[in-house]
Amino acid sequence: MAGGNQGTLRLLERLDQPGASGGLCSIQAAAELGVDHQTLVGAVKSLQALGEVIEAEARTATRWELSPEGEEVLRDGSPEVRLFRSLPEEGLPQGEAMKLPGGSLGFSKAMANKWVRLDKGAPGGPRVLRAVPSVQDTVQEHLGQVRTGGAQAVPERDRSELKRRKLLLEMTLKSYWIRKGSAFSTAVARPETELTPEMIATGSWRQLPFKPYNFSSLGLPPACGHLHPLLKVRSELRQIFLEMGFTEMRTDNFVESSFWNFDALFQPQQHPARDQHDTFFLLDPAEAPQLPPGYYNKVKKVHSQGGYGSQGYRYEWKVEEARKNLLRTHTTSASARALFQLARQKFTPVKYFSIDRVFRNESLDATHLAEFHQVEGVVADRGLTLGHLMGTLRQFFTKLGLILIPSGLKKWVEVGNSGVFRPELLLPMGLPENVTVIAWGLSLERPTMIKYGIKNIRELMGHRVNLQMVYDSPMCRLDV
Amino acid sequence: EFDELCFEFGLELDEITSEKDIISKEKGEEKAKGASDVVLYKIDVPANRYDLLCLEGLVRGLQVFKERINLPRFEKIIPAEGEGQRLIVTEQTAQIRPHAVAAVLRNITFTKDRYDSFIDLQEKLHQNICRKRALVAIGTHDLDTITGPFTFTAKAPSEIKFKPLNQSKEYTASQIMDLYRTDSHLRHYLHLIENKPRYPVIYDSNGVVLSMPPIINGDHTKISLKTRNVFIECTGTDITKAKIVLDIMVTMFSEYCEKPFTVEAVEVVHPNGKTHIYPELAYRTEKVKPEYINKKVGISETPSSLAKLLTRMCLKSHVTGNGNHLEIEIPPTRADIIHACDIVEDAAIAYGYNNIQMVIPKTYTIANQLPLNKLTELLRLDLAAAGFTEALTFALCSQEDIADKLGTDISATNAVIIANPKTAEFQVARTTLLPGLLKTIAANRKMPLPLKLFEISDIVVKDPNADVGAKNYRHLCAIYYNKSPGFEIIHGLLDRVMQVLDVPPNEENGYTIKAAEGTAFFPGRCAEVFVKGQSIGKLGVVHPDVITKFELTMPCSVLEINIEPFV
Repeated sequence: MAGGNQGTLRLLERLDQPGASGGLCSIQAAAELGVDHQTLVGAVKSLQALGEVIEAEARTATRWELSPEGEEVLRDGSPEVRLFRSLPEEGLPQGEAMKLPGGSLGFSKAMANKWVRLDKGAPGGPRVLRAVPSVQDTVQEHLGQVRTGGAQAVPERDRSELKRRKLLLEMTLKSYWIRKGSAFSTAVARPETELTPEMIATGSWRQLPFKPYNFSSLGLPPACGHLHPLLKVRSELRQIFLEMGFTEMRTDNFVESSFWNFDALFQPQQHPARDQHDTFFLLDPAEAPQLPPGYYNKVKKVHSQGGYGSQGYRYEWKVEEARKNLLRTHTTSASARALFQLARQKFTPVKYFSIDRVFRNESLDATHLAEFHQVEGVVADRGLTLGHLMGTLRQFFTKLGLILIPSGLKKWVEVGNSGVFRPELLLPMGLPENVTVIAWGLSLERPTMIKYGIKNIRELMGHRVNLQMVYDSPMCRLDV
Repeated sequence: EFDELCFEFGLELDEITSEKDIISKEKGEEKAKGASDVVLYKIDVPANRYDLLCLEGLVRGLQVFKERINLPRFEKIIPAEGEGQRLIVTEQTAQIRPHAVAAVLRNITFTKDRYDSFIDLQEKLHQNICRKRALVAIGTHDLDTITGPFTFTAKAPSEIKFKPLNQSKEYTASQIMDLYRTDSHLRHYLHLIENKPRYPVIYDSNGVVLSMPPIINGDHTKISLKTRNVFIECTGTDITKAKIVLDIMVTMFSEYCEKPFTVEAVEVVHPNGKTHIYPELAYRTEKVKPEYINKKVGISETPSSLAKLLTRMCLKSHVTGNGNHLEIEIPPTRADIIHACDIVEDAAIAYGYNNIQMVIPKTYTIANQLPLNKLTELLRLDLAAAGFTEALTFALCSQEDIADKLGTDISATNAVIIANPKTAEFQVARTTLLPGLLKTIAANRKMPLPLKLFEISDIVVKDPNADVGAKNYRHLCAIYYNKSPGFEIIHGLLDRVMQVLDVPPNEENGYTIKAAEGTAFFPGRCAEVFVKGQSIGKLGVVHPDVITKFELTMPCSVLEINIEPFV
């Protein structure tokens, strides 16, 4: 590229010289500058691309060149002359004359020129004899003229003859007539596309123009990995809880006993949610080997007889029902375990959260999956009120960016549930009587679908996910 | 306006529609022709507010709430000795349906609307608190067609014979079961008694069958618009719920009796000779301190104001002593009030949730992440930075996915097995993340190669030492899918994971990989990963049979390790 620019620069300088005001022929200029004509044409074209730096008018010129045979003739003479000059005074039999330099081609040309004659009646067969005392090699002379650039001086008839004899070649040459343009400047040269290490090393970038970038096209996508959009929302929600001072609960057991999933939460054993219809029960391991001793008796009592100020449900509570294993239907079972652990120690106020998978034996459709993620927040402290629950919810949902209902959507969108845990749930665990526990839960999928405008939950979770969607999904900033 | 009223009362107006609209939505406009245009209000009622399940109760509740009427007091009339109805329970019922309660509505006046509501309420209760008649079944009879005392017993199906409701001839109990096997409604209840040696049945003193609970009533005692005296029986397996259901039936419809809100009691005679008078119609008094309510809700109302709020919620209240207590009467319609906290909830509803001041709790706590989840979050970022894309696959799958397709037997997987899956997609909990990633690739075969995916999530295996008999493990799985297996890429990813976990490549205190075998792997192209001598997983080139079984065509290599040792 640097060489090319060098050519461009020299052409511009040549044009700038006095005497070139009328213009230059590109062929001539190439000869003067000592560069190949094609190189010069390249320079012309790149200058044209810059606008009005030069004017270049395309021309077609004819040039005569010697063919390889022509070069031979120029060096050795034409075949007819060579034949004539090697023919002895007394002549030669035709057969031998053919073997002379120039050969049969020289013979036939010399015959046509009437430089030699054939004595057919000579004794011993036809004999070739000189017909003129001397000859001049005009072919060689003409070729010599062409060679030195004087093709125009050779009569046109002779040139055609030499062309026919394939000694001369007629070349068509596209050339340009170059003049200064309206925006002429010797400073203009073809812009560089990229900065190179050489330019930096030599400092040549200071003088060089650079081709402008096309900023309207897209760049090259980087080769990279991607995080799943739903899990990006999970990270954001973890962050929100952490910002609000909530500690993460253990949720690493998809398998749960009915005891923790239902009974501990004071859900009666005949509750519709405990139907086979809604819950995945387990064949193996069908039952939980251990229920918390002591505590489970208290749970049994509060269900069947009441206590702690409660009437209870007054039914026959069955331990077999509580042992039935299932895939947890909510992470509230994990919250119950966390609160049970909390009750083992001297009470200190806590704020807990979890985000993990839960399972429902539901019919699948565009908004329901057999498994999804539940987000749960729990606050346990003395003297908490419904107002505190609502205040916490407002704070949380504001951070989620879900407080502002889009205009036009008049109806509230139900995204979750919230409430105050019942004393029948807390007191059997051993939590102090004046401790209130407020909690709320929502699915991770619902706000994600609202936020990203996803209509079908199956596009979001599971193996049928569209990876292109994963590749293209934006980062998650719920409050923006 | 009605919407607002519902909201104030703690209910949700779900939809305003008509029969015509519903049918046209479900079955098309053609079928809806001729259906009623009458406007229907669909209201979501909390599951335990049985007193709001019929129009009578809902209107009464709203009227009391708007202070247009006072809550009526329900009165149980006990007939003079020897004049009342008796229901004798025999010991044969103990094995199948041991409990029965009953009551009589005297001199009732039905209209078409009242009658429809009466039938509709029974159906709603059957579906709800009665748990599809498993816990309680209701039978209502025209008392003037039968003669007490009544007997609730259980007999062999062949010995029971009567004309079921709306049938034209008599059938034996066995025939009745066959008759209703294809009935869209009744077939759901047959299983409750079907395999029992004796079926429950109620007779009058002349041997007329009142009903065969929980399946069907007799046609003989059918009530009509002309019925004046109604005998209501509730039989079941849960006496508490049977009593509640009877209370709801009589409190809702005694309104239409000649002496409104009065109910004639029935004496139930138990097999041991003891007797009980039903309905209970029990009023209970709770004493609650006004500040308890104020503190739980976050308001500061005067005791008298709280009493007024509760009274509007059908919980008649007054201030006692020197204003330190509220005495609240829980009527028989409010079986859902089982604790003072339920009273607090009603006070909050009457006060209006929107009027409660929102306050951020002062609870001061320091947040902590669960170490395993923190590690997972950090690793996810590093895996994405290494050029792998995160997948999110189901924790449930078919047995085939984790066994047959990976060349192993289900018994070798130690997998947790689901008892009641609706489809083959949810037979087991996954024991490996690999099938999910292979299925993700199969669903994305159009995407340009190579596909580089990962997932960090839990698998589940049986563990007899865990309290529930199973345990989760957090796995990391990555897959490289391309025209060549790229083992070196997956191996390089393992090296990178170990690097970010600060585990050096050496045998004593770092990690090594050693040639191993695995049914999912191509022979000779599988290695086991050891960290400090402990095996944490495998990596290798996936076996061609596995690739084919997951409907894939390209070679691939995978890494799957347990990350819990790094917490």
